[in-house]
Amino acid sequence: MTASIMPKTILAKLVWAGIAILGASTIGGIAIHRGESINAIWFVVAAACTYLVAYRFYSAWIGAKVLVLDETRATPAERFNNGRDFIPTNKWVVFGHHFAAIAGPGPLIGPTLAMQFGYLPGTIWILVGAVLGGCVQDMVIMFCSTRRDGRSLGQMARDELGPVGGWAALIGTMMIIVILIAVLGLVIVKAMAHDPWATATVVGTIPVAMLIGLYMRGIRPGRVLEGTVIGIALLLLCVVGGHWVDQNEALRSLFDWDAKQSAWFVMIYGFAAAALPVWLLLAPRDYLSTFLKLGVVFMLAVAIVILTPEVKMPAMTEFAFTGMGPIFKGDLFPFVFITIACGAISGFHSLVASGTTPKLLSNEREIRMIGYGSMALESFVAIMAVIAATILDPGIFFAINIDLGKSAEDTVAVISSWGPQYHLTVEQMKALAVEMGLPSLFARTGGAPSLAVGMASIFSETFGGGLMKFWYHFAIMFEVLFILTTLDAGTRVGRFMLQDLGKHVWKPFGNVSSYPMTVLASLIFVAAWGYFLWQGVTDPKGGIRFLWPLFGISNQLLAGIALSVATGIIIKMGKLKYAWVTGLPLAWLAVICTTAAVTKVFSPNPEIGFWSGANFLAGKIADGSIPAEKIAETWAQVVAFRIDAALALFFAIMLWVVIFDMLRMTFRIRSGKSVLPLSESGYIKTNPQLAIGASHA
Amino acid sequence: MITTKLKRAWSYLREVTGDDAYERYLAHHTQSHPDQQPLTRAQYFRLRQDEKWSKVSRCC
Repeated sequence: MTASIMPKTILAKLVWAGIAILGASTIGGIAIHRGESINAIWFVVAAACTYLVAYRFYSAWIGAKVLVLDETRATPAERFNNGRDFIPTNKWVVFGHHFAAIAGPGPLIGPTLAMQFGYLPGTIWILVGAVLGGCVQDMVIMFCSTRRDGRSLGQMARDELGPVGGWAALIGTMMIIVILIAVLGLVIVKAMAHDPWATATVVGTIPVAMLIGLYMRGIRPGRVLEGTVIGIALLLLCVVGGHWVDQNEALRSLFDWDAKQSAWFVMIYGFAAAALPVWLLLAPRDYLSTFLKLGVVFMLAVAIVILTPEVKMPAMTEFAFTGMGPIFKGDLFPFVFITIACGAISGFHSLVASGTTPKLLSNEREIRMIGYGSMALESFVAIMAVIAATILDPGIFFAINIDLGKSAEDTVAVISSWGPQYHLTVEQMKALAVEMGLPSLFARTGGAPSLAVGMASIFSETFGGGLMKFWYHFAIMFEVLFILTTLDAGTRVGRFMLQDLGKHVWKPFGNVSSYPMTVLASLIFVAAWGYFLWQGVTDPKGGIRFLWPLFGISNQLLAGIALSVATGIIIKMGKLKYAWVTGLPLAWLAVICTTAAVTKVFSPNPEIGFWSGANFLAGKIADGSIPAEKIAETWAQVVAFRIDAALALFFAIMLWVVIFDMLRMTFRIRSGKSVLPLSESGYIKTNPQLAIGASHA
Repeated sequence: MITTKLKRAWSYLREVTGDDAYERYLAHHTQSHPDQQPLTRAQYFRLRQDEKWSKVSRCC
């Protein structure tokens, strides 16, 4: 059997009791602290203890009692070993792959935005949501897929729940990718707009990627490490080159793009990455950004522990009580849970935890470490984002993250009026912008710039001062590369999904090896997310305020579908009494998703509700208060808000369709009626000689 | 002692990045299908890359 659930020796019992007490007291300390500032190390210790205790006890219990992981059972990797996608692999290698796949920009951006409520609500949700929700989802889905020859979530939904669940999972996944890419694209656009240094750096990374692609394809095939080392060096050169561009008057104006120009760049890039062969652009850029991503996350953790910075944000801001937050409007419940999706629970992970990772597992017992453990680590990344956002003066944090459409003086006056801890001056903002090498830091919405300012302050203090503007642009490049990885991989997968769905309507469309169809499907898919991106870019208040909640709802909807499949499987395995393990997080997601979707659609406040927002703008057009040249754009916004409303409703309905499908099946089992059989593949005993796979296991 | 550790770290790095993927494939191939011609390094790399990027491999 897997590791015993309780520690055996007295020493082990004492150590674990100590960790648990330390965790509980640091969380308590964070919760009741009401001083000027609190040290970030409290967050690090509280988080580490929470994950350790949850991993040691809860995941062990789930593995032993609920899933009954069986280390004598051969995994798909052992049974179908083909030396290509099915390969029994060393567990630390699989851990590295799985973590690199699930760790995206979500846990960096979401927590940053949610800090408008203060540090406490977000931090608690990240910790509790991860150990009881996100980690459990990833682990259980990985188990289900491993027992089913490594099948995908969509296939499992079809096999276990039936065609309704299967279709919901398929369409839900595609819609989520559209919204996800749109909102991430918006984050990039906001980070690049009117920052020629950042823009030049990002543009420079594209030829670097192509060069590395050519190197690994033609010159030294498959020499990944060589290519990556050269590529990383060239990327750092891009940051320096960006500075050089910024210093040169002529080049500077060439890269000084506004939000609309940046949006076109992102769309053209997305199309190119999906339509060009993967080896040329997408794959080499991914190698580079994965290295950068893991390296920076590791550096950030080390720097936070060395520096132990002070958190200056209040535990709860007034916006936690009024629901009138300046970054996005809406009450603490449900919007803190929607804003922080990745980092607490992310439905998208279920797509990697099924289909990809299970084909590498050399033994079932590793599901615990790779499924539960990777998500705990990702949640820790979210805690670091919390720290990076809250060590900024609260006034500065808000000045970067909100767009009031007002002058610097007026914006500063509004923020300073919130209370003494938000006190801010125009000079302070100007000095900070100069330090970061930017024309201005006001209204750089989207989360990425404020995160980069936080990271730059941490890095420059820990690893050497005076280089602040280089650290800032390094951080921006890191975030943008990170996001482009999701953007281009998502566009490509979305294109395949679209072709797969589209072939039911028009058969030739499904031909993935036909070049015209590739171009057509890529164009349609980029147009789909480009529409929402454009809506965000043209929104006078920065767009992130409605696109991010929509993304949160869609990601939690996918988590709801995954947890429904998982709960259904646990019940079919005859473990109804343990169904709460996935059933409780599912119920919580159903409550927050439904509340959020209904609020976003029907709220009478035009700042919150899509429908009332559309009517409000339409009313302004009717009474003539919109200038003539803006009327067409405003009408486009009205239509877009109505589409957003329909989409939010559609997401909520989808979730309930799948939940009812699962409940229907449960009642049929309870009343002794027939249901689809459990699609688990049969038991085959593992052959330790064959399963070894990894040379240094 | 230290050299063993460094060697291990190096071999982990090569494995986790996929740098030694072709060598592993060759070892597997010679063991399981000694009668068949293995793919060349370039062919193998091309195939793996196309496979990897045809499914969801990156999250948000």
